[in-house]
Amino acid sequence: MDLSSISPVLLIASVMVSATPILLAAIGEMVVEKSGVLNLGVEGMMITGAVVGFAVAVNADAPVPGFMAAALASALLALVFGVLTQLFLSNQVATGLGLTLFGLGLSALIGKPYEGMKSPTLPRLDLGPLSDLPVFGRMLFSHDAMVYLSLLLVLAVWAFLKFTRAGLILRAVGESHDAAHALGYKVVRVRLVAIAFGGACAGLGGAYLSLVRVPQWTEGMTAGAGWIALAIVVFASWRAGRVAIGAYLFGGVTVLQLNLQAAGAAVPVALLSASPYLITILVLVIISARGAHGAPASLGRPFHASA
Amino acid sequence: MIRLEKRPQPSRTWTLASPILAVLLTMIVGGALFAALGAEPLTAIRTIFWDPLFNPQFASYSRPQLLVKAGPLILIAIGLSLGFRAGIWNIGAEGQYIMGAICGAGAGLAFYPSDSALIFPLMILAGALGGWAWAMIPALLKVRFGTNEILVSLMLVYVAESILASVASGLLRNPEGMGFPGSRNFRDWDAVANTEIIANTGMHFGVLTAFIAVIAAYVLLARHIQGFNIRLSGEAPRAARFSGVNPAAVIVFCLGIAGALAGLAGLFEVTGPAGQISIDFNSGYGFTAIIVAFLGRLHPVGILLAGLLMALTYIGGELAQLMLGLPGAAIQLFQGMLLFFLLGVDVFTNYRVRLNLGATA
Repeated sequence: MDLSSISPVLLIASVMVSATPILLAAIGEMVVEKSGVLNLGVEGMMITGAVVGFAVAVNADAPVPGFMAAALASALLALVFGVLTQLFLSNQVATGLGLTLFGLGLSALIGKPYEGMKSPTLPRLDLGPLSDLPVFGRMLFSHDAMVYLSLLLVLAVWAFLKFTRAGLILRAVGESHDAAHALGYKVVRVRLVAIAFGGACAGLGGAYLSLVRVPQWTEGMTAGAGWIALAIVVFASWRAGRVAIGAYLFGGVTVLQLNLQAAGAAVPVALLSASPYLITILVLVIISARGAHGAPASLGRPFHASA
Repeated sequence: MIRLEKRPQPSRTWTLASPILAVLLTMIVGGALFAALGAEPLTAIRTIFWDPLFNPQFASYSRPQLLVKAGPLILIAIGLSLGFRAGIWNIGAEGQYIMGAICGAGAGLAFYPSDSALIFPLMILAGALGGWAWAMIPALLKVRFGTNEILVSLMLVYVAESILASVASGLLRNPEGMGFPGSRNFRDWDAVANTEIIANTGMHFGVLTAFIAVIAAYVLLARHIQGFNIRLSGEAPRAARFSGVNPAAVIVFCLGIAGALAGLAGLFEVTGPAGQISIDFNSGYGFTAIIVAFLGRLHPVGILLAGLLMALTYIGGELAQLMLGLPGAAIQLFQGMLLFFLLGVDVFTNYRVRLNLGATA
């Protein structure tokens, strides 16, 4: 094994790239869960975003319309979940699973003609003197716009939930939908908006995978990223800052195991490629063993205004 | 204004009618989808639902396939339905299926080329144990630490796939296979080949086990205290605790049974239809079985019918791929759509729709 072949600068740079799709999906899902809805369809929305983003970007020969179309398509898909769970009062767990299965099928169908193609990808931003810094410039300040946008989004979500009235209403709906309803807030409407937002974020994350991270379309390419995003929300105890930490941690594990595989580490490849999933389980166990969860009190409970 | 009013009890009529309505809605929307893909919708629907069973040209091949595909789906879905009834969401059946296949195949291959009659029972046992052990991971973590079983069981699917990739090209690789990945073919090994019990029906030991599982699950849920406890835990967790039901025992029981049945399904698949452990012998039955469980209303008899219907869409889908050039993924989408419609239509089971036109609000 030749560990010296792993450059720490490139390693951290690629951690940021590999964490971004999970971060986008996780921050969206966190908002959804803060409103009291458990959407297990993140994987399905992500992969739909990946394929729609890829297809539109290839046809338009530009990445930006791809990202926009991905966000729109996944938000629409999320609204199917929203209508079923909020208006038709279906079981959230089952509907979320259905969304994932549906998204996997839909993406395979749309993506067939695009297999093996190359997409236009996002250019690296030139941040002037920052990008020219020795070491740090290459490590932190020479990425594409989506990397910084995802971090800004985390900041925005944090500020929205903490400082704005709308954020307070969203949290109230998630903590006690009956109380929120009694106060006259439109529980279902708030939740539908949150669900659509979560879908759009997952779509952006998926498009980032197929347009920047890989950049290609292959069937089932999200490979559990959506599920890891769900786990990160639990890991983060529903706090925006910790979602970012979690996503970067998992991005780090993914990149490190790929680098170790490439460097020919004396660890079985099966163990390395399973490591992101094993570490997710480990983290979930540690978090649940520690107790204090901080989950929104109405998470996953159906709301029916029976008055 | 349309208003929903909660029924005091789920409607029996709608419990039975909603899967049928969901299938019909799926056919209509699916037909539109096929039309968009450039196939005549009615022909496509007929190719999927009618031709595999009744077209003289295809039926002789397709009919046995119905049981071959339905067997594992029913077996896995029966196990899942017990957990779903108790509010335990094991969605990692695919992983349990893979691990059952690997353990069972490994136990058999250790004795290759013995032709003892004990080998196949040993493999069946090892397969069930493999799936059971894999399901015990989320079960024990949930019982001991309260860890979310949905995420753990799903993560373990990816771990199982990594293990499968590793053993298919390493530990269990056929030493006479010229270095190609994949184990020995069990169908060439008479002592363990899971062949048809009755010729040309597709009825192999896995299908037989599935039928036994349906009956056992029916008896368990309808006539046994453990089945009552499972239903109680799901429908009224507080009441279950007051009546002395141990939640940990229910979790371990439900996940254990689901894992063992999925493991059995995997073992019967590799020794029969798939023939060998290969990197991609698993074809997503573990996930489709979730749809089967819901479509069958989590009821053993319903699951039996739903499993057959879902198997029909698989076979019909292949036929439509062949005859009409429809993409294979269209069927996957079709199955996903079916679950969506079912969940949507289900609102009528639990709620009554009231139209109040007057301004009473």
